[in-house]
Amino acid sequence: MLTVADLQGSSKQRNRERTMRVVVQGAAVVTMVVSVLIFFVLARGAYTFLDEIDWDFAVLSDLGWFPRRSRFDLRTILVGSVVMGGVAMVVAVPFGLGAAIYLSEYAPARVRKVVKPVIEVLAGVPSVIVGYFVVRFIAPEFVSKIFDPTHDRNMLAAGVGIGILVIPIMASVSEDALRSVPNSLREASYGIGARKINTVLRIVLPAAVSGLVAAFIIAISRAIGETMVAVMAGGFDGSGPYSGAWPTNPGLTMTTAMTNAVGGTDQDVGGAPFQVLFFVGLILFTITLLLNVIGDRFVNRIRQQY
Amino acid sequence: MFTTPATAGEHAAASVRAGLTRQDRDVAGMAMLATLLFTTLVTLFILVALLAQVIGESSSLLGERGVDFVTSPIGSDPDKIGVWSGLYGSIFIGVFVVLVAIPLGLAAAIYLEEYANAKHRLTRLIMVNIRNLAGVPAVIYGVLGFILFTQWLEPVTNGQSVIAAGLTMALLVLPIVVITSMEAIRAVPGSLRDAGFGVGASRWEVTRDHVLPYAAPGILTGTVLSVARALGEAAPLIIIGAITGLLPETSLTGKFTAIPILIYQWTGRPKPPNSEFAFTESAAAAGLVLLVIVLVFNASAVLLRNRFEKSRVGS
Repeated sequence: MLTVADLQGSSKQRNRERTMRVVVQGAAVVTMVVSVLIFFVLARGAYTFLDEIDWDFAVLSDLGWFPRRSRFDLRTILVGSVVMGGVAMVVAVPFGLGAAIYLSEYAPARVRKVVKPVIEVLAGVPSVIVGYFVVRFIAPEFVSKIFDPTHDRNMLAAGVGIGILVIPIMASVSEDALRSVPNSLREASYGIGARKINTVLRIVLPAAVSGLVAAFIIAISRAIGETMVAVMAGGFDGSGPYSGAWPTNPGLTMTTAMTNAVGGTDQDVGGAPFQVLFFVGLILFTITLLLNVIGDRFVNRIRQQY
Repeated sequence: MFTTPATAGEHAAASVRAGLTRQDRDVAGMAMLATLLFTTLVTLFILVALLAQVIGESSSLLGERGVDFVTSPIGSDPDKIGVWSGLYGSIFIGVFVVLVAIPLGLAAAIYLEEYANAKHRLTRLIMVNIRNLAGVPAVIYGVLGFILFTQWLEPVTNGQSVIAAGLTMALLVLPIVVITSMEAIRAVPGSLRDAGFGVGASRWEVTRDHVLPYAAPGILTGTVLSVARALGEAAPLIIIGAITGLLPETSLTGKFTAIPILIYQWTGRPKPPNSEFAFTESAAAAGLVLLVIVLVFNASAVLLRNRFEKSRVGS
């Protein structure tokens, strides 16, 4: 007679099965631990920072970012991040979206086969090399010649560089959204005599809108979190006065403030100028997390729709 | 009494034919196509300009010094410095990513795709968490690595060492490894698993003998891409404390640096008055070295994927 014991396999097999389940489950749990640790490290350090400045919130709105003089004006670094991120989006949206629409709706298969890998190569270029490219080419040959700023390194030049880094993300997420629009919509549009341009502008783009919004939000999140280009081309390397929101002025971002907090001797000295690393990190983490969660919602929406 | 002229039918037919075949220039459509072509070409041109700048500025230095630039350590004389110290750090960062992030990420992906109940709340939480981790800025991973690996785990890493840097980069690319591996595993046809279970194989046996070999090309592609990403990141290394000035000897547990850090430093340094080369030329040359490494990784990932996919259709 056949019993359960005959079907359940050898005990060796069952033991190995149990071990492997624990191993792979443990690996999945590690990813959760990483998140918890990030939050714990940032929150603990941010608390220490606020303790160091004796919960005196006035130093967080004293104009200018001079950590060594206990002036941590959040507006200076927030405005810098927003301006550079804004410039980056002005660059990335038209070029990224344009390339996405061309690849998804217009490009013949042969052209697509060449152009798409090239954009993927651009996505693989390290940000520090784009930073070098901005400092040595974009800033002196392009931004300075057109806008005539007082310094070669400014928020506009850095923003353009961050935009270059964000173009491939914008392009690939948008293209995914456009390609997930079912062909039946396009065919129906052609069937009632619509031209290509009307089909693309009035049928495909509106149908893909939540995916395009997702691309936009994810791109902003990347732009705000980008570090090297802002550090190398932003103008101020770690401390500076509030110089206004005009893009041709030099500026500081949250990420620049963070890299500067560990630079030089502050790391050994400790205290508020170093602990601010965690405080700014927590703000940056919260902003990008919110943007990513919202972006994720929009991505899921277009997935459910089609 | 009304009569239709004999030619009415012909007139109607002619006007309909004209309406359908009229050579009307679609001005708006052509302007649209021109705009899209322009944006795409500008995007491609940016890459060309970037490569031209890097190659152009590094050519005379590399032409004169050649391999000497690759094997020389960092220092303060732009005529003698090289990328060796950085190359050493970058190679070991890559090694740590392969040793730590790949097994860990692959195991997590196997759990989420093969073992976990996709509808369970905990599974969904883990998935959302991984997607969010992928969006956390690199500089934040630097802060985590600084506390976790250079302070808490100092007995293991000996402080600000290449071990700490490699482990930090491993955490940075972990979500990418998990996501690409999950996609590769998800693409394995269910019939393959059913066949395995049907002949009495356990879940792990099916995973090991059928799912993983079938998904290997996709997993490999993700692996190679994540190593390339880790080699190009600089921000976390600044936070952890990479060396920028003098580094007399390279070791696993001592002070370290990496190629991206060298590019960052040399780009901002002025040219000393008596030297032949400028620091920016060294930055360009180091940039070229890094670009070659990263692009070779990226290209081989794409080639590997194409090759495996072709051989699979044939088999």
